[in-house]
Amino acid sequence: MALVVFYILGAVTLIAAAGVVSTRNVVYAALFLLAALAATAGLFVLLLAEFLALVQILIYGGAIVIVLLFAIMLTRSDTYATAAEHSQWPIAALASAVLFGLISASFFSDADRFNSDIRTGVDIETLSTELFTTWAIPFEVASVVLLVALVGAIVISHSGGNGEES
Amino acid sequence: MVTLLHFQVLSAALFSIGLYGVLARRSAVLILMSIELLLNAVNINLIAGAAFAGAEKTTGLVIAIFVITIAAAEVALALGIILRLYRNRASVNVDEIDILRG
Repeated sequence: MALVVFYILGAVTLIAAAGVVSTRNVVYAALFLLAALAATAGLFVLLLAEFLALVQILIYGGAIVIVLLFAIMLTRSDTYATAAEHSQWPIAALASAVLFGLISASFFSDADRFNSDIRTGVDIETLSTELFTTWAIPFEVASVVLLVALVGAIVISHSGGNGEES
Repeated sequence: MVTLLHFQVLSAALFSIGLYGVLARRSAVLILMSIELLLNAVNINLIAGAAFAGAEKTTGLVIAIFVITIAAAEVALALGIILRLYRNRASVNVDEIDILRG
């Protein structure tokens, strides 16, 4: 049963990801990205990580895709049609195929060490206790990074007039 | 039965598709979407590792939360840069953006 669900969600994820990198319409690419991210959230549920699935839907589906759509809206869309792919896309395809072969070969080579289907979830209480004790300092650093990034994004996109290159 | 290998191969495939997107696309917004696919593949791998590692193994989940946080920060910053570039250059084609060329 879990295997069937895995294959359905995995197929949706990979087909949507292929749509993101192959479609010429940039709005379709954003919607394919949303489909891929939502199917990934389903995979997280299959891995008994419900909190991560929730965060995935909220942050990626609710925030990042919307912000991407805003960026598409604010830039002129007819420039995208002529800027689809490099002429050297076969080299890119070859490089990613070789990378896929190498990574999966290394995964297959010690697959028999992880040959169980016992999945254990972590409840939110344990996860949050861990996050606020063991990982307290990285958590605070991450929040400062987020604040600095947002202030920086506002400064970069807001300040300066037309033609001023700094 | 679903094993760790299934998820690892899926995440490797997703990572390769994202890498193709980063290398082959020319529009900065599409490259940004491909980077999201890369980070997503990493998250699948981390959470699968945490789920199959045994009970009370939270490190993979916590790092996945950090990856999502950094992805959100990165998208906000990158879109600010893209909008600024579009205003200055009227283009989001990364081949035409060579301001730093000496």
